[in-house]
Amino acid sequence: MSEKELGKKLDRCLADSAVKLGAGLGLGIVFSVVFFKRHTWPVAFGLGMGLGMAYTNCQNDLRAPYLILRNIKEQ
Amino acid sequence: MLRVCLKGANSAARKCLCGNGVPLHPLQQCRSYTSGGSGSSAGKIVAASVFTVGGGVGGTILYANWDPKFRANVEKSIPYSDQVFGLALGPAAPPPVINKPRKVEPVQISSMSEVWKDSKQPKAKEVEKKAEQPDAEGPPAPAPQETLEEASAQVAQILSAIGEVPSVPAPGTHEAEAVPPPAALKGVPAAAAKCTECEHEPAVKERPEGEVAARLAEQDKAEQDLLTSLSSNLEDALGSTAKVTLQAIGAQEAALQAIAQHTHQLREAMEAEAPPDKKSTQWRVLEDALSERSRSVDEAGAAVLRAKAELDKLRGVIDGAKHLKIAAARPSILAAEENLHSMVVDLDSVVTRVQTAQSEAKIVSQYSELVNEAKAQFQKELNSITPEIQANWKGLRKLTQDDLNSLIAHAHRRIDQLNRELAEQRVREQIHIDSALEQQKLEDKKALEVAISTALEHNREQMRLEQEKKVEETREVMEAEMRTQLRRQAAAHTDHLRDVLKVQEQELRSEAEEILNSSLMEKETEYRRLTQDQLDSFTLDMNAAYARLKGMEEAIDSHVIAEEEARKAHQLWLSVEALNYTLKTAALNDPTEPLEGAVQAIKESCAEDEFAQALATALPSESLSRGVYSEASLRARFYAIRQLARRVALIDETRNSLYQYFLSYLQAMLLFEKAQEAPPAKLSAEDLDTFKLLSYAAYSLEHGDLELAAKLVNQLKGESRRVAQDWLKEARLTLETKQVVSLLSAYANAVGLGTTMAP
Repeated sequence: MSEKELGKKLDRCLADSAVKLGAGLGLGIVFSVVFFKRHTWPVAFGLGMGLGMAYTNCQNDLRAPYLILRNIKEQ
Repeated sequence: MLRVCLKGANSAARKCLCGNGVPLHPLQQCRSYTSGGSGSSAGKIVAASVFTVGGGVGGTILYANWDPKFRANVEKSIPYSDQVFGLALGPAAPPPVINKPRKVEPVQISSMSEVWKDSKQPKAKEVEKKAEQPDAEGPPAPAPQETLEEASAQVAQILSAIGEVPSVPAPGTHEAEAVPPPAALKGVPAAAAKCTECEHEPAVKERPEGEVAARLAEQDKAEQDLLTSLSSNLEDALGSTAKVTLQAIGAQEAALQAIAQHTHQLREAMEAEAPPDKKSTQWRVLEDALSERSRSVDEAGAAVLRAKAELDKLRGVIDGAKHLKIAAARPSILAAEENLHSMVVDLDSVVTRVQTAQSEAKIVSQYSELVNEAKAQFQKELNSITPEIQANWKGLRKLTQDDLNSLIAHAHRRIDQLNRELAEQRVREQIHIDSALEQQKLEDKKALEVAISTALEHNREQMRLEQEKKVEETREVMEAEMRTQLRRQAAAHTDHLRDVLKVQEQELRSEAEEILNSSLMEKETEYRRLTQDQLDSFTLDMNAAYARLKGMEEAIDSHVIAEEEARKAHQLWLSVEALNYTLKTAALNDPTEPLEGAVQAIKESCAEDEFAQALATALPSESLSRGVYSEASLRARFYAIRQLARRVALIDETRNSLYQYFLSYLQAMLLFEKAQEAPPAKLSAEDLDTFKLLSYAAYSLEHGDLELAAKLVNQLKGESRRVAQDWLKEARLTLETKQVVSLLSAYANAVGLGTTMAP
């Protein structure tokens, strides 16, 4: 179902963002804890990176159908 | 006709004039002029024709009056002309009865009979033709039939049809003046005449051959009968005449004898001086002789009369026989005539002899009378002188001298007287002699004349007989010759006839063959035509029957086919209905049953139907395998689609970041359009907005027009399109399937309708 695709994408996006955020958070925390003396900035950085990645993924995922892929053979 | 032409010319002239616009008056003038002109010329023509016709008719009548043959011809050729001629000229005069010599006819008869034996039919025609001629001229002129001669001539002429015998008119049975021939002789010619009469009465009827032959045979028989009767009559007559003549001759001879005897005796008595008793006996004998003589003379006379009567009868018979003109009787007639003649001659001679004897006897008797008278006288004188003397001379011896003297004186006186008388007589002798001579001359002349005449007659008769005999001989010869000639002619004629007949036969045969052939051909062609017609009709019938059979078979086949078709259509329809039904089995959100089975069923049910096959194969495979969504489900789904499409309305190839997504979401939230809007007939550029399109589609969907909704949805661009893609696909599938199914059902219906309508 094509109409469900968006939903799925968005679900993936959300999931991915959650994961990415979590991961980012996690990593951020970790880094912040580990490396950056419990500054918050790595968490934010991580969160931001996670969010950014998630955003991009989501965007890419959403853009994916519009990409004009070049056929490698046609080079 | 001239008038017609003139009238035509008139009308043409009038038209011309009318066309030229000339006023009526000249036309009237013209008309009167032309009618006058035509009247005068027509009158001339009429007069000329009347004159011509009248002249022709008058000339014909005049010439017919002059020439009866022409009249006959005209009467024969032009009907009712005989009536005209009768009116104008009176009845036709009878044609002149030309008495052809009788020789011709008997010969002709014989030749006729000969020729008849060879060929009969043309003779019948000719006989008929010749009989026609007398018939044509007969009725108007009943000629008087005087004697049997004519009747027999008629009989002969009917027989002698070939010869150039002029037509003798129809005979009447007029035999009043015929010398009484035997009744048979009378009857047969009368019958023949009657035959000819009744022959001529039915005017122009062809007598059949057998009838003619019968008639001829009859006539021959009649002739034969005539002949036999004639000959018998002749013989009888001859016999009787001969007998009578002989009798007469005998009587005459007897008379002659008696006369001679008598005269002799008389002379003896006169001259002989027998004694008185002997004298008396002599006288008695004389008287007896005289009586005998008279008797015999009378007898002879009677016999002569009878003989003469018989001779006359015989002559009459001979004449009658002659009148019959039959050749075969001729010799017998001649013989009879000869006999007659001889008998007549004998009779005449005997009669003359008797007459001479009688004259002699008369002389002698006269002499004896005279002597007797003288004696008587003398005796008387003697008696007067010497009365006592006996009458007997013998008694003279007893006479006395005186007596003797007186007797002598008487004798002397007597002598003187006698001398004187003698002298006187001598004186008168001359005169007497002269007168006697003259008388004698006269008598002699008369006698001579009579004798001459009789002799002449006899001679003439003889000559005639001889002539007739010669004639007969020559006739015989001629007849024989003519017979031979005629035979020759007849032979030639028969040959000619044979040839002609052969030719005719050939011709007739060829004609008949031709006719036969032609008729055969005709009949054959007729037959062929009929058979052909029959064949044709039969063929036609057969063809018709065959055609009908074929038609029936075809009808049956077509029925079968139609039924088959109907069955198939029914099946199709049923399967299509099944398909339809399967279409209806779509649950709300689930597709239908896969249509495969139904389609398979359809495919099976319409194996030969290409259209259905094509249609069946035209079904999209997804419908077959997966089934299609119903319209309701699609409708329902659409709203979700719509929502989503609204949300991603801004997203397309160029705008597809998340931000755009957010914006489009915002737009969707903030933009309000009509839930359903009726789509216009034509989409303009501004109608291609997503929201409008969606509202149009919603409207159309709500109104059941999936197709239009699909079309409208198809106009979506970008992400909305992508979002609606599946729905569109489904809608497309459904639409396709529905289309195909509707086509199929329509087709099935149509086919079903067709099949149900077909018979």
